Amino acid sequence: MSQNKLKIALVGQPNSGKSTLFNALVGLKAIASNFPGTTVEILRGRAFISGKPAEIVDLPGVYSLFAEDPAERVARDFLLRERPDLIIHVVDASVLSRSLSLTLELAELGIPMVVVLNMADEAEHKGIRIDRQKLSEILGVPVVFTVASRGMGLRELLSALPKAAIPKPPVYSPPVEKAVSALLPPAEGSALGFPPRFLAILRLAEGKDLPEGIREELRCKGEEDPAWILAEERAALAHRIFREVAKVERAKVGFREHLDDLLMHPVFGYPFLLLALFLLFFLTFKVGGALEGLLLPTLEGFSERVREGLGAGILPEALGGALDGLLAGIGIAIPYLLPFYFLLAVLEDVGYLPRIGFLLDGLMHRLGLHGKSVIPFVLGYGCSVPAVLATRILEDERDRLLTAGLAVLIPCAARTVVVFGLVGRFIGPGAAFALYLGNLLVVALLAYGLSRIFPAVGPGLILEIPPYRLPSARTTVGKTWLRLREFVKVAWPLLIVSSAVLSLAQALGAERYLDLFALPFTFPLGLPVQAGVPLVFAVLRKELALLLLGQALGTEDFASVLSRGQMLVFTVFTLFFMPCLATLAALGREIGWRRTALVALGTTGLALLLGLLVRLFAALV
Amino acid sequence: MDINFSEIPLCNLTPGQEAQVRAVVGPGRGLRLRLSSLGIRPGAVVRLISLGPGHGPILLEVDGTRVALGRGLARRILVSPLRPNVPK
Repeated sequence: MSQNKLKIALVGQPNSGKSTLFNALVGLKAIASNFPGTTVEILRGRAFISGKPAEIVDLPGVYSLFAEDPAERVARDFLLRERPDLIIHVVDASVLSRSLSLTLELAELGIPMVVVLNMADEAEHKGIRIDRQKLSEILGVPVVFTVASRGMGLRELLSALPKAAIPKPPVYSPPVEKAVSALLPPAEGSALGFPPRFLAILRLAEGKDLPEGIREELRCKGEEDPAWILAEERAALAHRIFREVAKVERAKVGFREHLDDLLMHPVFGYPFLLLALFLLFFLTFKVGGALEGLLLPTLEGFSERVREGLGAGILPEALGGALDGLLAGIGIAIPYLLPFYFLLAVLEDVGYLPRIGFLLDGLMHRLGLHGKSVIPFVLGYGCSVPAVLATRILEDERDRLLTAGLAVLIPCAARTVVVFGLVGRFIGPGAAFALYLGNLLVVALLAYGLSRIFPAVGPGLILEIPPYRLPSARTTVGKTWLRLREFVKVAWPLLIVSSAVLSLAQALGAERYLDLFALPFTFPLGLPVQAGVPLVFAVLRKELALLLLGQALGTEDFASVLSRGQMLVFTVFTLFFMPCLATLAALGREIGWRRTALVALGTTGLALLLGLLVRLFAALV
Repeated sequence: MDINFSEIPLCNLTPGQEAQVRAVVGPGRGLRLRLSSLGIRPGAVVRLISLGPGHGPILLEVDGTRVALGRGLARRILVSPLRPNVPK
């Protein structure tokens, strides 16, 4: 990063429209980067600000800089270590009173700031009138109104940036101020360039090894926890500022306010939830099927021509395999993942996803998870990689672990190919549907069992339910692309490598050994020995299991060589067996390699157990 | 407004009822700060919008925003119901 480039950080609470503003400023050229050591994302993008190149950084949404949640820590560390030249503080104008607490925290950083009162239309709808001039005077920084989703106010924001000023820090009550100044000198001595006052307040809030005198001084405020005292004083100050700059008139109560009476209703909410989920899957398969019909012949023709051109031999085989992997990536990503994640992004931007969390929290709670775990599970029907990455939305580590471990059992698009191609085609759609229900049942039972062993320690659900919003095309497309990119970046390269390995193994005639290697699975499950290769390679690419099974058995008419029981056993095993390499890689990053190994072992054992049960059941019927 | 000083758990309000938060009992400090940053702190006025089915979460209005809270958590937030002093 060059020194003369302006570094601008976007800071705001969750749901403040920060990401929408970010997209509006930098377009879709953002690069995701993980902050070292954690997994909460920081997005970086480039833009020209008054003719000069600038780096714009979108920090995770935070309620406070002094909390100890992963998102909050990442944001705080970024602000302290990378010290941006400018902060664009995005505030949801419709919840100004609450948001001003964060504004006061940011004011301690001594970094030039511009306050953006976003969702100005929303505030007006709620009857909140804000005196921008007065707020600007109190805070000592420029204040602009925007409606980022419709691109309103962006020009005012850009012209306000050069006028950004260092905000006036808040003044706490005398005992707190005294404590802060007592903590100042060591902070000043130890840190280079860090704002000493901010560090002193941080140390006070952490409350660890404070000098006894300071504790004593604060105790007479009747409260033990310094973090709480600071938060209370900031909240009181924020409220005072709010009363000075805003007038609250009667809110307009309209259609949107009444929508929740129905959609979040304890009884009627559920038919709508089922309808929404049904539409999500139905539309995905409709659109996906049509796109696949268009794409597949072209891709196959292309692959054949290239393979002909490459000729025979070991290396051309491997190259041809790599090409197949590359094309398979396009073949999965475009037809199914694209519409699925687009529709999901629409649901998310409309504001329906948190409502799903609300509706299913009771059920999930009984299973030892909570409402927010639903989102990774739903994502899992597309691809397990984004599902695993989405477990970041859970605050508690135990919840993240359980959800990630269970979400990989949800049949992704690749496993759907096997379910429909084998069971759906040769046994019937009813049986395929039953497998899906059975899968959910197994996941639910596992969740229940695991939560007996690892009881929930998390506080349960705390979820802000934002008002319904019309999604902006830009944000929805951006979100779709972000999820798709997780597939492209993590899953696709592995798809290419594993296809090459597979072709190489075939060219070298390694199948026989692999079949032997898989004998401990194929024998007890009562599957033909040749089913070994497809099962082993399903770890590389799940959707290949079916294609390879056809190659290994020498026919695509599976009903002629496999019994119904065998088909069911093979499908059930593929459904629950060890996640594919790409998913394992994602799991390793999110929950650590040791736990990932446990998930791999556990799912393999589970697949074997369920396969045996299905075999037993099939033999009895 | 006439404040009733009897304290009851948040989840015992009836939907539509307003109340003033008195105390948040028991949870760790991180959680108390998180609730506070959402506006749920002693002195704040909240309104119960609905109770989820069974042991489901509750839906709350505070500071003009809606927040869903797990039932267990809602039990630990003590409130005093507010009654308008002019009965309608």
